[in-house]
Amino acid sequence: MNGAYALPRVSARLLPVWRRNFLVWRKLAVPSMLGNLGDPLIYMLGLGYGLGSFLPEVGGVPYIVFLAAGTVCFSVMNSATFEALYSSFSRMHVQKTWDAILNAPIALDDVVAAELAWCAAKSFLSGLAIMVVAWALGLTSSPLSLWVLAVVPIIGLAFGALALIATALSPSYDFFMYYFTLFVTPMGMLCGVFYPIEALPTALQAVSWVLPLTHATELVRPLFLGQVPPHAVLNVAVLLAYAAAGFYAAMILFRRRLLS
Amino acid sequence: MESLTATQVLRVTGLRKRYGDVEVVAGTDLAIARGECFGLLGPNGAGKTTTLRLCLGLVDPDGGTIELMGRSVPSEARAARERVGVVPQHDNIDPDFTVAENLLVYGRYFGIADAQIRGRIPDLLEFAGLGGRADAKIQTLSGGMKRRLTLARALVNDPELVFMDEPTTGLDPQARHLIWERLRSLVAQGKTIVLTTHFMDEAERLCGRLAIMDRGRIIAQGPPRELVQTHIEPQVVEVHGDGSAEWGEREAPRLAARVERVGESVFCYARDAGPIVADLERRGALAYLHRPANLEDVFLKLTGRDLRD
Repeated sequence: MNGAYALPRVSARLLPVWRRNFLVWRKLAVPSMLGNLGDPLIYMLGLGYGLGSFLPEVGGVPYIVFLAAGTVCFSVMNSATFEALYSSFSRMHVQKTWDAILNAPIALDDVVAAELAWCAAKSFLSGLAIMVVAWALGLTSSPLSLWVLAVVPIIGLAFGALALIATALSPSYDFFMYYFTLFVTPMGMLCGVFYPIEALPTALQAVSWVLPLTHATELVRPLFLGQVPPHAVLNVAVLLAYAAAGFYAAMILFRRRLLS
Repeated sequence: MESLTATQVLRVTGLRKRYGDVEVVAGTDLAIARGECFGLLGPNGAGKTTTLRLCLGLVDPDGGTIELMGRSVPSEARAARERVGVVPQHDNIDPDFTVAENLLVYGRYFGIADAQIRGRIPDLLEFAGLGGRADAKIQTLSGGMKRRLTLARALVNDPELVFMDEPTTGLDPQARHLIWERLRSLVAQGKTIVLTTHFMDEAERLCGRLAIMDRGRIIAQGPPRELVQTHIEPQVVEVHGDGSAEWGEREAPRLAARVERVGESVFCYARDAGPIVADLERRGALAYLHRPANLEDVFLKLTGRDLRD
């Protein structure tokens, strides 16, 4: 703990903390899965087929196919964000689970890293479930679409890390409404989830390119359609940069909040 | 000197921690020997909890040195904590787990193998008076049971030293007595206990040695009885009710070595309470209580009677 600004030092001690979260999840798996997966699937199928029946092809494919790829990203973002905001906050602030863990030989860096890894794991489940439905409905059949499953944890890490910053700053659950309204919801509209980015005014397109969700859809949609993403390295690098910077920033804020 | 340090499980010198303008811990020295039960007493905000957090390496000190289980803190705090148990001030048991799962999951944080933890759980539950409740949900436990589960959890790594931050606050007398009895048996097993409390009877009963802390400083230290002998007159007469204030002002100062007036009540401290009691008996109208001085009297004398919030 050499000051709040030290680079995070993560060790294998994060494993029992991750495992703790997994054990709790396993107890509540059914309602948790239903809540996490039901909503995005309903929107995807309802809008995709219902609204899609009025639309010509979007981005060169039927709307349900376009939307399914977007839904994977949107759902992974939401799942990681919810976990890092509400669940982590509950463990840190309400239940004081972190305080208990910190009395054992585990450092705060490991606790936060375990939370982030857990966000990625949970968001992976969301992405996997959507992909299973997409495969079952024949919305995608390219072997390249399997690569989506490799991309999903990176998306989860980026959004988990960013949301942890809000958690570290938050005085109460109410604070998270700002994060959703000012950051998450606008991204849903600006980042190529529901319609191509080209539909946006030029100025907004520029904004869009800075946002992490755009780099998620830029990776997932081509893979979904059986193409190699044209800027794969850049997209992965941007997502990893968000993950790393978000984790470091959150770490600084958590140290100041909990260890001073 | 060598052998002396070998028997010390915690040594703190010149410890300082400042928050803004307030020095919460202002040059504290502590030396805790293996096998003793040591009490850290003080009013709210005296710096007790901060001192514990500093000793565990959870907060970086602004000055001074800490050596816990022979390790330098905070730099080697993690290794030191492997041999330490903590009962925090507020229960933070995992509400999503059963009683036994709480112990299993907590044991894993110490890197102990599952089989080994599972082997210890029956004994830990027995010790905590929770035998037969391994599969109970946390929501079904009473406050006292939760406290005992927290104690069992603190012992999951078979620690040599247990820190307890106000272990009996909020418990009913039955639950408190059970906790005290368990703490005594831990000391009998050779474990070292450092507890904070603001219950004087608790400190007097359990602790072989204690320190009174106020405004970040340790202002008195020693065995409870010795503190009472050194710091205060042995006899106390408390006078309450109508007319006591007046009596306290006019008569008490010439009868008692020291008089404290709190509202309508008067506390008279003296080596010999005979003249005070005789005077009160002669008047007949005033209600009084004659008792030996105790640790609470020392505490109030040293830290004052003002409220600390």
